[in-house]
Amino acid sequence: MVKSTSKDAQDLFRSLHSAYSATPTNLKIIDLYVVFAVFTALIQVAYMALVGSFPFNSFLSGVLSCVGTAVLAVCLRIQVNKENKEFKHKTVVTNLRGIVAMFVIAV
Amino acid sequence: MMARCLARFLVSLLALAICNAASVSHPISDSHRSAALDVFVPLDGSYKSLEEAYEALKSLEILGIDKKSDLSSGTCENVVKVLASPSSALKDVFYALSVNGILKCKTGEDVPKDIVSKLQAGAKDAKLLLDFYYSIRGLVLVKEQFSGTDLTLGDAEAIFRSVKALSQSDGRWRYSSNNAESSTFAAGLAFETLAGVISLAPSEIDQSLIQTVKTGILKLFDSIQKYDDGTFYFDGSEGPISTTASVIRGLTSFAASESTGLNLPGDKIVGLAKFFLGVGIPGDAKDFFNQIDALACLEDNRFSVPLILSLPSTVISLTKKEPLKVKVSTVLGSKAPALSVKLAEALNSKGSSVINNQELKFDADSATYFLDSFPKNFDVGKYTFVFEILLDESANEKGYITEAQTKVPIAATGAIGIENAEIAVLDSDVGSIESQKKLDLTKDGVVSLSANHLQKLRLSFQLTTPLGLVFKPHQAFLKLKHESQVEHIFLVKTYGKKAELVLDFLGLVEKLYYLSGKYEIQLTIGDASMENSLLSNIGHIELDLPERPEKAPLPPLHPTDPYSRYGPKSEISHIFRVPEKLPAKQLSLIFLGLIVLPFIAFLIGLTRLGVNIKSFPSSVGAATSALLFHGGIGAVLLLYVLFWLKLDLFTTLKALSLLGVFLLFVGHRTLSNLAAASNKLKSA
Repeated sequence: MVKSTSKDAQDLFRSLHSAYSATPTNLKIIDLYVVFAVFTALIQVAYMALVGSFPFNSFLSGVLSCVGTAVLAVCLRIQVNKENKEFKHKTVVTNLRGIVAMFVIAV
Repeated sequence: MMARCLARFLVSLLALAICNAASVSHPISDSHRSAALDVFVPLDGSYKSLEEAYEALKSLEILGIDKKSDLSSGTCENVVKVLASPSSALKDVFYALSVNGILKCKTGEDVPKDIVSKLQAGAKDAKLLLDFYYSIRGLVLVKEQFSGTDLTLGDAEAIFRSVKALSQSDGRWRYSSNNAESSTFAAGLAFETLAGVISLAPSEIDQSLIQTVKTGILKLFDSIQKYDDGTFYFDGSEGPISTTASVIRGLTSFAASESTGLNLPGDKIVGLAKFFLGVGIPGDAKDFFNQIDALACLEDNRFSVPLILSLPSTVISLTKKEPLKVKVSTVLGSKAPALSVKLAEALNSKGSSVINNQELKFDADSATYFLDSFPKNFDVGKYTFVFEILLDESANEKGYITEAQTKVPIAATGAIGIENAEIAVLDSDVGSIESQKKLDLTKDGVVSLSANHLQKLRLSFQLTTPLGLVFKPHQAFLKLKHESQVEHIFLVKTYGKKAELVLDFLGLVEKLYYLSGKYEIQLTIGDASMENSLLSNIGHIELDLPERPEKAPLPPLHPTDPYSRYGPKSEISHIFRVPEKLPAKQLSLIFLGLIVLPFIAFLIGLTRLGVNIKSFPSSVGAATSALLFHGGIGAVLLLYVLFWLKLDLFTTLKALSLLGVFLLFVGHRTLSNLAAASNKLKSA
């Protein structure tokens, strides 16, 4: 049974990977940025776990800023994704440039 | 009879109220001379400047101390050098001539001609008061020291007028015609200068000019200051001693130079003399010189010579029966002329006069006046003696003056009689005597008493003055000292005729810390007027006190060392907030590196994905706005970094708002450019 599950996992992973490469480059950039932000946040949490939260403000500001920018990037991704049909009418600015400009200012 | 006594009492009280406080001045004595040796003789035999040398040598000369042989060599060299050199300043020439007058380095016929011409030119061209002073006084010194000269000032009256032009209406003088600030010290210098001009003038100077100077002098006396004890002085920016000395020097030389005489208020002259004598022994060389020089001027001048009354001892001992001695002398301690001293009145502490109009006898050997007989009702205590000096007829020609009345505080001491001294233990309520002992306070007794806490201890004695009146001492203490060195002190108060102390042990148990046992009794009686003050150990008393209850205060553990409270106190240990534990520096730096890693990974990932900036606009206008936009964003990020490192929130927010507005405009422009470009692409 183990063999089949691991083979299943491998198959799953391979299908995900192939599906992901089909996404347009824009979205890949945004995904990369989100991963980078989350990783930075995780490293900060690990540091705090190690040395204690003495300057708690610093910890909070570091983690929350990373998380915040990741969230904003995710919002951008949702709005920019052409395959996402539900969001078309709900954006304030339908123009692509407008969306990107909003993201920049929000950050 | 009663009315007359009452009136006399009231008048004397009133007189005491108006009159000045009593004080004694002493003329210059040997203590001054020995202090002068310390102040004026330099350790290495040479002086720092000619001015210092002159001041020191003049003071030593006035005091009669002969140190010329030690000091003359080095100073004389200096003097000769200054007088020989043609480029010396007027001030140095003046002081060199002054020192020469004392040490006589150069005398005789060979007057230095260039010095004379320099001084005469200085007098003619001078504009400042100090230049006039140095040149005129220098010429006067040359005339005194070098015999073969015939010095006269060319235009003496013009010089007189130009010096006089520096005077002011309030009696003070200015240093120069440009500078408006005036001083009393300058007035003294001006008087000396004018005196020099008068003495060097070939013919008489106009009397009206001299009269205006005299009015100015009297105006100056209006600004004199005084202390309550009758001393007068002139105040100024150079200090009261220097200013007053300068004025006295000026007045002396002015009075000596002109013939008609100077009338100065006598009481102020005596007040000035008392001021200088009241300084005591100054520690500063300049103050010492000013004091001695001013007193020398007062000793021998043309207007009035003050005489000082002093007492070597202000205590009269009724047991020793010695006379009270009074000395009258000039300020420097020289002999006074023939005069008589009268004790106008002796006021006791209540204000009534005990002695009236007693003439003092004169002892020619010691040149002192003395009073040897005191009336029968002269008791111990504090008195104020009022002396008056009457000058004989022959003395008036020199113009001696004295204080109208000299008030001196005198203390009379005597042996106080102690009678009826006894100590007793009484039963409390009834007051009956359980045991009573007579005391002889002159000997240490071995009285032995015992008491319990229900009884009282009574000590009583009577003190009488030599005249038999009741005497109330300043200090009368009874001390009880326990075996464990704990002490208690009680005051013995005088009621009516006798002094009595009653210790009620019932009320004192707590104060005595409930300590039973043997207490030593010690009695102290003392007073300033009492010649036989005593401290006697009377004996001891066994006290039987009840047990100490729980809440009573404990006796002090250590014997109360009276000086221990002045020692250092215990060290205070401050408790500081424990600083937070910070992680090791290397750990923090490692994590800093770790944080940067994801960023690098992001950049690598971007390049792998094939990120490009191909649609960056190329035309100039759009490019600049795009560049500005990206630059603005970069600036905002830089601002964040600065905020982290250095800036505070307010400056950051201000900068951020400015950058934000800028970014808004530039970003809008960039976007519109981009939109136009894409529209063009669509339409094209």
